[in-house]
Order: sequence, then C-alpha cells, then structure tokens
Amino acid sequence: MAEKITPKQHNVYEQIHAGDDFQELRKRYRAFAIPWTVAFMVWYLLYVLASSFATDLMSTRLVGNINVALVFGLLQFVSTFGIAWLYSRHANKELDPIAGRLQAQYDEEVGR
Amino acid sequence: MSSEIITSVLFLAVVALTIGITLWASRQTVGTTDYYSGGRSFSGLQNGLAISGDYMSAASFLGISGLIALNGYDGFLYSIGFLVAWLVALLLVAELLRNSGRYTMADQLAYRMRQRPVRTAAATSTVVVSIFYLLAQMVGAGTLVALLLGVDSGVLKNLTIVVVGALMIFYVTVGGMKGTTWVQIVKAVLLMSGTVLITVLVMAQFGFNLSELLGAARDNSGEPGFLDPGLVYGTDLLAKVDFISLGLALILGTAGLPHILIRFYTVPTSRDARTSVLWAITLIGAFYLMTLALGFGAAALLDTSTLDASGNLASPRLAEAVGGGEGTIGGAVLLALISAVAFATILAVVAGLTLTSASSVAHDLYANVIKKGEVTEKQEVRMARVAAFGIGAVAILLSIFAQNLNIAFLVALAFAVAASANLPSLIYNLFWRRFNTRGATWGIYGGLLASVVLVFLSPVVSGAETALFPGSDWSIFPLSNPGIISIPFGFLCGYLGTVTSRDPEAEARYDELEVRSLTGAGAEVAVRH
Repeated sequence: MAEKITPKQHNVYEQIHAGDDFQELRKRYRAFAIPWTVAFMVWYLLYVLASSFATDLMSTRLVGNINVALVFGLLQFVSTFGIAWLYSRHANKELDPIAGRLQAQYDEEVGR
Repeated sequence: MSSEIITSVLFLAVVALTIGITLWASRQTVGTTDYYSGGRSFSGLQNGLAISGDYMSAASFLGISGLIALNGYDGFLYSIGFLVAWLVALLLVAELLRNSGRYTMADQLAYRMRQRPVRTAAATSTVVVSIFYLLAQMVGAGTLVALLLGVDSGVLKNLTIVVVGALMIFYVTVGGMKGTTWVQIVKAVLLMSGTVLITVLVMAQFGFNLSELLGAARDNSGEPGFLDPGLVYGTDLLAKVDFISLGLALILGTAGLPHILIRFYTVPTSRDARTSVLWAITLIGAFYLMTLALGFGAAALLDTSTLDASGNLASPRLAEAVGGGEGTIGGAVLLALISAVAFATILAVVAGLTLTSASSVAHDLYANVIKKGEVTEKQEVRMARVAAFGIGAVAILLSIFAQNLNIAFLVALAFAVAASANLPSLIYNLFWRRFNTRGATWGIYGGLLASVVLVFLSPVVSGAETALFPGSDWSIFPLSNPGIISIPFGFLCGYLGTVTSRDPEAEARYDELEVRSLTGAGAEVAVRH
C-alpha cells in the first residue's frame, strides 16, 4: 500500500489541486522548468557534438592560445550560472508567494 | 622536516578534527529525523557546502586535474558535464523531492505506489550505486597514501583501506547525518581553500595570463593538439560515440545519485533546498573552473611522464612545485597540505555514501518492507547503525579485492547506473500521472541491469589491455560508457511497465503528490530540540 494519509488531508489536497491558484502555480513552474531544461540540454549536447565532430572549428584560435573550444566550454559555465540565477529569480517572484499561500491554507484546514 | 612527517601530522589533524565533530554531533542525534536528515535543521548555505563536499570526490579533485594534465582539453569536458548536471537537479528534482519525500530516494515513489516493490527496487539501486562509488573512493585512498609515502606496498594500501573504512563506519554510526554533514562542510572549506591557494600560485607564475599558461602547457606536453578537443576521444567514430555516451551519463546521473538526493532532506523547506543547490552550483562551478589552472598548470610545470598512469598525483605534485619544488620546505608543506585535503575529501565522500546505503537498508528494507512500518524510531536507528557497520565491512573487503580496478571507471559506472535506473522513475513519478508501481520497478531494475550488463560486456572488463580481465575476451559491446543505450532503456522500461498495468491508487494520488511537491503543503518539517 502507498503511504497513508487521513481523509481530511486527502480532501484538502484535492480542494487545493482543483483551485485556480494551484493551476496557475503549476503552469508557471512548468512554463519555466521545461523549456529551460530543453534549452540547456540542447546547448550542452551541441557542445559535446562540436567537441567530437567539429574539431577544426573548435581548434580555431581566437586570442593568443585561447581557442573556440575553451570559449565554448567557458560559455557552458556562464549559461549554467545564468540559468540558475534566472530560475532563482523566477521562483522567488512567481512561485513562492502562491506556494506559501497554498501551504498556509493547507495548514489552516488540516490544523497543525 | 620531510614531507612525509608533515603529511602524517596533517592527516592526523584531519582525523582528530572529524572525530571531534562526530562526537559532538552524536549528542544531538535522538530520533530518525536526526539520524537520517540531521533534524532538517541545516541552512541553505551549510547544505550547499555539504553538497559540494559530498559531490567533489577524489575523482574530481585528483582525477580531473590529472586527466587535464595528461590529456589536455579532453579532461576539461568532465568538468563541464559535472557542473551542467546541476541544472537538472535545480530545475526538476531538488525542491519537488524535498517536499514529497522523507528520508530516502524511495520515499517519493512510495508516496503513491505500492510500498514494498518500489522500496525494494529503489533500495537495491541505491546500494549498488553507492557501493560502486564507495569502491572508487577507497581504492583511490589506498593508492594515494601509498604514492604519497613513496611506498608501493600492498600491505600499506590494505591498511589505508581498513583505516578509511573504520573511520567512515565511526562517522556514520556515531554521528549520523549531522556528523556526516559537518565532516562534508569542513572538507568543502578545506578543498576550496586549498584549490584557490594552488590556483593563485600557479597563475602568479604566468603573470595571471591564461593564454600564457595554456601555451606553456602545450609546449611542455610536446603535443601540438594539447589544447584542442579530440586527443583521447576523437580517434575514431566509436571513440566519439563513447564520449557522447559519457556526456549523457554525466549530466543525467547527478540528479539520480542517492547520496546527493538525500542531502535535500536536511534543510527545513524546499526554498532552502533551492538555496543549497544555488550555493552548490556556485562552489562547484568555481572549483571546476580552477581545475583548468590545476590541470594545465601541472602540464606546464611538471614532467608529466613521471606521473602515475592515471595522473592522480598531478595536483599534489603541482602543489609541491609551486611551493618551491622538491626538497624545499615550501614544497613539502604545500604537498602535505594538498594531500591532507585529498584525504579529507575521500573521508567526507565515503561517509556520505555509507550513510545513504545504511539509511536505505534500514528505512526502506527493514522498517517498511520487512516490518511493514511496525517499528519504533529507536529500532530503526539501531538498524541503520548496524547496516552502516555491515556496509562498511563489505566495502572494506571488496576494496581490498578490487585494488586493480580503475577508479574513473567505477565512478563513471555509478553515474551511468544512477542516470539509467534512478532518474527515469524520479522524473516519471513527478510529471506523469499514469506512472505506476510496475513502471517504477521495471524502470529501476531495467536501467540497473542494462548498465551493469553492458559494462560487463564492454572492453572495460575484458578484451583490452587495460581491462579488468585482459587475458580473456567476451567484449561484444564496443563502448566503455553504457549511458547512450542504458539511459533510454531505463526510460523505455518505465514506460512499458506503466502502460501494461493499471494502478488506480497511484493515479488517484497523483493530485496529492503534485500539490505536496509544488507547494510544500504537508511536507516534513524540521525537528526542534
């Protein structure tokens, strides 16, 4: 059997799930998480494929001994930091207020 | 004073410090939440440090800088994969798991599935992944100490493995999650400080000019393509496919590593879980950027032909060189310092892994599968301690017999199993209402079997000069990294298991799981002492 919860808890979960607030929260979460996941995966795979199959391009020198491969690799760091920062901003502004409200609603109705 | 003496003193200092922390933590460990999750009372920054300490293993500290020192640019590819992987954890896993689970990876599945089959499956893959990872660290510790003391003796290696094993059993049985976490925090601080110090010293030698460092590395390596991709992985099409396969396992494996997943339970809220991943990304990112200086620095300043075949000693030898060279006091001190950091690194990671497997055995198998939840907290914690002892003993024995295994191979295998067996079920469970018990068990066992069997049939195990059994050949699978086949296979098994069965309860409770994971309503809370 799955983890047990009380009928009361079950009802509150269902009630929250059916509400507009929750539907909006889920929409906002998925609208950020899914496209950005696809984006960084594609960007990373592009880098892996370029390192394997476009070695001439990757070996092109830009400044001194700095070549395209190094810059492309460093850009992966930049994009990782950038996406992490964007997500944190999105979550703080767009997700946390709704999530906090629904959590308070749950605590109040289930009573703890 | 010789380097061996300073090294020994610093090793003892690390041991004394971590034992002190563990004894202190044991006094604050009362119930199961304390033992498994450190009372969920760590802050985002503390947990971020602990995650970094748990994640940056000897394989990354010694292994990646060694790979760069020997193979040039191709070694840097590991650094990138290991970092980008954290976006999967941040965007898809960390917060949702914190809100919907309790102590182990299996909790989140068991919330809406039939407990016994999914807990058994998840505990199996948790123990398998952790043991592979554990072997890598312990075998590495033996080799490291033998090389540092300049004694290539089997007895010394075995002794080191036994000492490391005994310490990790002590940390985990006595200190639980609280002790383990503080050991990891201390290690992360030591590792970051040591790495920054060596990076600054290396860069100073090249006027803080990256281009000059790279040029010197290329010239000293005698390899014109040292700074370009393809030195190792670009030889033929098969090598390229193997590399892509490795790249997939690296970015998809991190978010399925059980010892990383359970760290998200040590903070009070999902918001703190997010903060901890943000800190972890910052610290891990900074660290992997510095591997450029360590690896290319070693290539530029050392005669790399004198290093061991895997390059594991590149960082310690580089520290010696930038400290003034062999025979100088500065050189001896820095060599000892970096070796002690590496030792602390290994201790922190093995403790995390042992705790993870012990938690899963006690909480999933003992408390919920065997006893069906009819246990007291006291019994469960006692079982977790017994399990930590048992797993530690098994790991010591296996490591003694597995001394010739290649460390990088064991770590890559752990990542491949994590990506193939664990990630599919985690993702399906959170995002697919129809997903059910059979899907979860098929996904876990399918991904686990596929990755282990493919590695067994690969040139890593037989048929090549560097293989585990170089004398025989049953290598019918040509790639060393199974991920490109086993990860899609894990997802496929999870899909097929789901569509061939129905589990009305699992579907009905998806709404609850969704509300709980996204809002934190009803999630586990921190313990107050």
